[in-house]
Amino acid sequence: MTAGRAGEKGVLMATRLPQSRSGAALTFLASWALPLGLLVIWEIASRSGLLSMRLLPAPSAVAAAFLESVRNGTLLTNAAISTERALKGLIIGGGIGFALGILAGISRLVEVVFDTSMQMLRNVPHLAIIPLVILWFGIGEEAKIFLVAIGTAFPLYLNTFHGIRTIDVRLIEMARVYGLGRLALFWRVILPGALPSILVGLRFSLGIMWLTLIVAETISSTSGIGYMTMNAREFLQTDVVVLGVIVYALLGKVADTITRLIEARALAWHPAYRMNPTGEATS
Amino acid sequence: MSEPVSYLRVRGRPLLREVPGPTERTVVSELIPRKQEERPENGKTVLLDGLSKSFASRRVLSRLNLEIPAGQLLAIVGRSGCGKSTLLRLIAGLDRPSSGVISVGGAEVKSLQSNVRLLFQDARLLPWHRVISNVGIARTKNWRDSAAAALADVGLADRANDWPAVLSGGQAQRVALARALVSRPGVLLLDEPFAALDALTRMEMHRLLERIWNEHGFTTVLITHDVAEAVALADRVIVLRDGGIALDMPIDLPRPRRGAADTAAVSLQAQILDEV
Repeated sequence: MTAGRAGEKGVLMATRLPQSRSGAALTFLASWALPLGLLVIWEIASRSGLLSMRLLPAPSAVAAAFLESVRNGTLLTNAAISTERALKGLIIGGGIGFALGILAGISRLVEVVFDTSMQMLRNVPHLAIIPLVILWFGIGEEAKIFLVAIGTAFPLYLNTFHGIRTIDVRLIEMARVYGLGRLALFWRVILPGALPSILVGLRFSLGIMWLTLIVAETISSTSGIGYMTMNAREFLQTDVVVLGVIVYALLGKVADTITRLIEARALAWHPAYRMNPTGEATS
Repeated sequence: MSEPVSYLRVRGRPLLREVPGPTERTVVSELIPRKQEERPENGKTVLLDGLSKSFASRRVLSRLNLEIPAGQLLAIVGRSGCGKSTLLRLIAGLDRPSSGVISVGGAEVKSLQSNVRLLFQDARLLPWHRVISNVGIARTKNWRDSAAAALADVGLADRANDWPAVLSGGQAQRVALARALVSRPGVLLLDEPFAALDALTRMEMHRLLERIWNEHGFTTVLITHDVAEAVALADRVIVLRDGGIALDMPIDLPRPRRGAADTAAVSLQAQILDEV
């Protein structure tokens, strides 16, 4: 990719969405119009009796359940426990996937030893091993963290590996001509070059992280958002079930927003990600 | 330019102090080369002795002998595939010859050389580093100061904190030139660095290269398929054909040169074209 072509791409991206303050507010409103509109229709349908309260509670009922669960503390406790499990699994699994991806990307030997196995294992739906996991770990914390770790390892491994392998070899050759050692080559050429792909992997991993956790908590747990919803189902508290679903959606959104912020900061050089052309130097 | 250039950063934008630095418009007036006598003797002699290089069964260079005196600006002309780039990569130490010896400044080239710098056809800037960090890529001691000085030298002091993606093709090549200059090389190798530029930018780059070459005094090997470019810039032109030297011609035209306006240059071009 030449600098000139990259510049053109930046111009195209810049004209895609309005950049001014009022434009940003408009963009924000536009992105929330659809969910808010659905909410209003849903409430009207519930109040008018079109929807049975037992099958799908009105948004106002869910809001009441939300206030009640905040007041008695169950929501925050359960959300905190779920988040903790999710992050522990991500750090262990994602960390292993990332490290293996880096090693396989820079070392032919590691690639030969690990890549075939990783490509084979990644096609196994990790939720299929739940029965085994329960046998191994029981229904304790380890089982859930293990499942999340398995799920998050593969996207990070694949994208890190791919990111390193698709770095422009001409840049590596240039770095050699200018006398960069192996460490400098890694930190200043290979890692930044692979970062866009690594962050894509992180976003995939975050999605799988929540998905896995929901399933794991629903099957066997005594705490967490998944447990909260399953418990509510036993007592036909559909408002709490819906609340649990919404909490998952919000947690997922928060995770996604955090990765977007990381992207905007770490990939400020990239024309497609550039938000503020005069941002601070990253080097 | 001996004053260190210092920067005040205001929201990432550099405020240049001390040295105003030539802006793009003032470049041309600044480019009148100095007299030959003032040139510093930083250049290194490059010696090729019986140099051969084969890829599989194909012989690209065969038993090449060539002496490039210190400080000379040599242009190598030839059709594509004649081994020009291969020769340059061998001198840079990126590849090893099949047989024969290369020496730079009396020392045999066995690996990459720190006093030999190579300018590629594409600028090859790291897109994730700002311009100044690209110039100071080797991160030697006080690299910011030397990188800022080199950028000022190529007339881009005001672009130090830009991302490479916003530079034009000519600007990117000037940054690449600044990056090569930082380490004060004894030999500068240029692999068709101006081929992708438009005609006006290319002429600007020619004057810039001539001025820098005069100021620094390094030995220069310029690879080109443009005979006019070779005659406009070089002290000596070599035509490579079938892995050997088909023509070795000194260009004794006075500098600054007037290019196509000079009838002597045009007749030299015709002679070279006959051999290519």
